[in-house]
Amino acid sequence: MEEKQSEVKLFGTWASGYCTRVVLALKAKGIPYRYIEEDLKNKSELFLRYNPVHKKVPLLLHNGRPVSESLIILEYIDEYWNHSPKILPDDPYKRAKVRFWADFYDRKLKEGTVAIMTSRGKEKEKAIEGFLELLKVFEEGIAKDFPEKLTFSNSQPLDFLDIIVGSSACNYEAYNEAVAVVVDPKRNPLFFQWMTALKECPLMKESLPPHDKLVAKMKSFQSRSV
Amino acid sequence: MEEVKLHGAWPSPFSYRIIWALQLKGIPYEYVEEDLSNKSSLLLQYNPVHRKIPVFLHGGKPVCESMVILEYIEEVWPNNPLLPNDPNERAVARFWAKFADDKGLSMWKMFRTEGNEQEKARTECQEMLRQLEEHWPAGKKFFGGGSIGMVDIALGGVAHWLPVIEEIVGVNILDPLAFPKLLKWIYNFKEEPIIKQNLPDQNEMFLFLKKQREILFLSP
Repeated sequence: MEEKQSEVKLFGTWASGYCTRVVLALKAKGIPYRYIEEDLKNKSELFLRYNPVHKKVPLLLHNGRPVSESLIILEYIDEYWNHSPKILPDDPYKRAKVRFWADFYDRKLKEGTVAIMTSRGKEKEKAIEGFLELLKVFEEGIAKDFPEKLTFSNSQPLDFLDIIVGSSACNYEAYNEAVAVVVDPKRNPLFFQWMTALKECPLMKESLPPHDKLVAKMKSFQSRSV
Repeated sequence: MEEVKLHGAWPSPFSYRIIWALQLKGIPYEYVEEDLSNKSSLLLQYNPVHRKIPVFLHGGKPVCESMVILEYIEEVWPNNPLLPNDPNERAVARFWAKFADDKGLSMWKMFRTEGNEQEKARTECQEMLRQLEEHWPAGKKFFGGGSIGMVDIALGGVAHWLPVIEEIVGVNILDPLAFPKLLKWIYNFKEEPIIKQNLPDQNEMFLFLKKQREILFLSP
């Protein structure tokens, strides 16, 4: 394996699933990097200089060149360090499928979890029902296109969908406790099975934020967004 | 070569993104016009999740979501590339393509709403144009450089559909004084032969969208 001389910095925040995605990808590929915890209430000059448009985490700085947006960062990592394990499949049709489901997850499900957190009473119930319907669609889609996810085992390397979904959904216990029960083995047994197995993967275990700290953070976010 | 088909709809900029990519790469394809008020059972079979056009079929296998389709086309037919070679430059292009795709929805929100909601959408739209103008790569005819690339394709809606929406809702956002680089790009983009030959008639579009907006605000 060719050793590529490079300096990699990751600006992130500990609670952000989007940042965990990049951590997982870098670790999975064995890429050394320096992590910088960014204070979102007091963003550093360096961070703003390299990320002027959205000013959001994660931001990857590779030999001084910035890359932002978690999905784009993952594709970049897989392209630049194109040794195995590969994060995206080689076949273009399979790549289209993972990109399709990653887009669905981010636009529909991730947004859905925020909608639940920022609503109350009847609105919250409606948001939860809406979310669960979308989760069903996602679950059925993954079962059809990537049935191997349903028998995920620790010996498999993490791929694009494991990273995209697991980086937030593996924290379901914290979300269930702090906000609402949305990952339930009775309603979504296949998804639950995938996440439960993924959660036990050593790389995932060491990269996810601590449960209690995350619960407190989610509760605080919820109460602030009345 | 395996059969290539595109299910699209003539008023949709998302449909045209795929047409432009196929034409720029010289890929022969069969086009199927979908009536969005009466979607074909085939479309619903190929895209059960979103039930939307465009749907791209290669050897009978469907690919959905216009930006996903563009990446697929780029990978299967790498001639006349829409993305740069260098991984960092590719990441920058993907960033702006996603930006155009996400923020471009504000013009459609502006079209579908009125009052405060419309004002909010208008502000978002203006902010999108402001960011593009500010970060436009210096001295380049297209975002892709000398030739049209993925970002230009993603921005096609701003070039040809936004002026029609502006007229219908009665706003003026594409101000040449505020956005000189963008307006220059719009001109260059629409003059490019392949684009020029593949654009819906603006008058027809005006009539169609005007009717759509009337229907929207008639419904109880």
